Amino acid sequence: MNVSPELDRRFRDAATAEGLLDVGFDVVESPIGALLVAASDHGLCRIFFDAEPEQHLDRLARTFGPRVLRSAPAVDNARRQLDEYFEGRRDAFELDVDLRGAAPFARQVLDQLALVPYGQTTTYGTLAGRVGAPRAARAVGTVMNRNPIPIVLPCHRVVGANGSLTGYGGGLDVKERLLRLEGALL
Amino acid sequence: MMEAVTTIPPFERFYVEHRDVVLGFLRKRVGVQAAEDAFQETFLRALRAYDRLEHGDHLRAWVLTIAARLAIDSSRRARPTAHELPELPIEDGRPAYAQIEHLADGLPPTERAALVLRYAYDLSYDDIAVALDSTPEAARQAASSGVRRLRAGRLHERLA
Repeated sequence: MNVSPELDRRFRDAATAEGLLDVGFDVVESPIGALLVAASDHGLCRIFFDAEPEQHLDRLARTFGPRVLRSAPAVDNARRQLDEYFEGRRDAFELDVDLRGAAPFARQVLDQLALVPYGQTTTYGTLAGRVGAPRAARAVGTVMNRNPIPIVLPCHRVVGANGSLTGYGGGLDVKERLLRLEGALL
Repeated sequence: MMEAVTTIPPFERFYVEHRDVVLGFLRKRVGVQAAEDAFQETFLRALRAYDRLEHGDHLRAWVLTIAARLAIDSSRRARPTAHELPELPIEDGRPAYAQIEHLADGLPPTERAALVLRYAYDLSYDDIAVALDSTPEAARQAASSGVRRLRAGRLHERLA
């Protein structure tokens, strides 16, 4: 007896509307490929470049609680803003973020990262200086590498001291594409 | 007798694994139309209780128990005239299924699930086998072993 897509959607929507989820997630299509976007009632909590849900369910449940469910409305706001960003109609995200699970140092760095403006780049060392640890460029690199909410927390705007792109969780080509979209690269 | 305790899966995986069985069960119990509402309510109730589960054993039996309870409520609403109602024995103001669930609390999980589904919810051993991911014969054995254990326990209480 197969559950129809309509009945399935009604349950998922009702569960979200009742506020019963620890995390709601959905796949969001984008020009850089499908993204898995997840949000809790505290805000946006994850963006994965690998959009296969099964890869992420266990970790989401461990970090945020077992009530993890795919839900379109749970990420509607993020989806709309990401669409606008990729269409070049949005240069700042207005989204609460949920950084539970991030260590204190990582949280400080991510807070500073959120302030790097659209279309500009900064360096690992500069960001390290902004959190009062100017020698910690390498540790900042690690935080960027593990950024739970890429694109919205713009680690693609952080480059090496010599201007090289260095690395990116979604692949260097994606980093280059995002910087090009923002006009930070010609 | 120790049974392996499994961890609670993310709700998405639990829901996808059991949704078709739950809908099929409800359609048999309350009909195609009422089954849709009962389906949604079953999984909403499961979700409300989900973070209080202590382990991930017998989740199919658990969710079918929720569905069975809703099916009873739903058929009561659907057939309000007294003479058409199947007579459910009630002791101390509590319906039979609540009594049995309570009595069976101390049993090993498989026996408890089989016994409750058989005697409180009147499921066939075929349905219980589906619920427990087992065979009808194993379900029958688990239920009767549960009954024996309950009887032994009661006798013990009386002698003590």
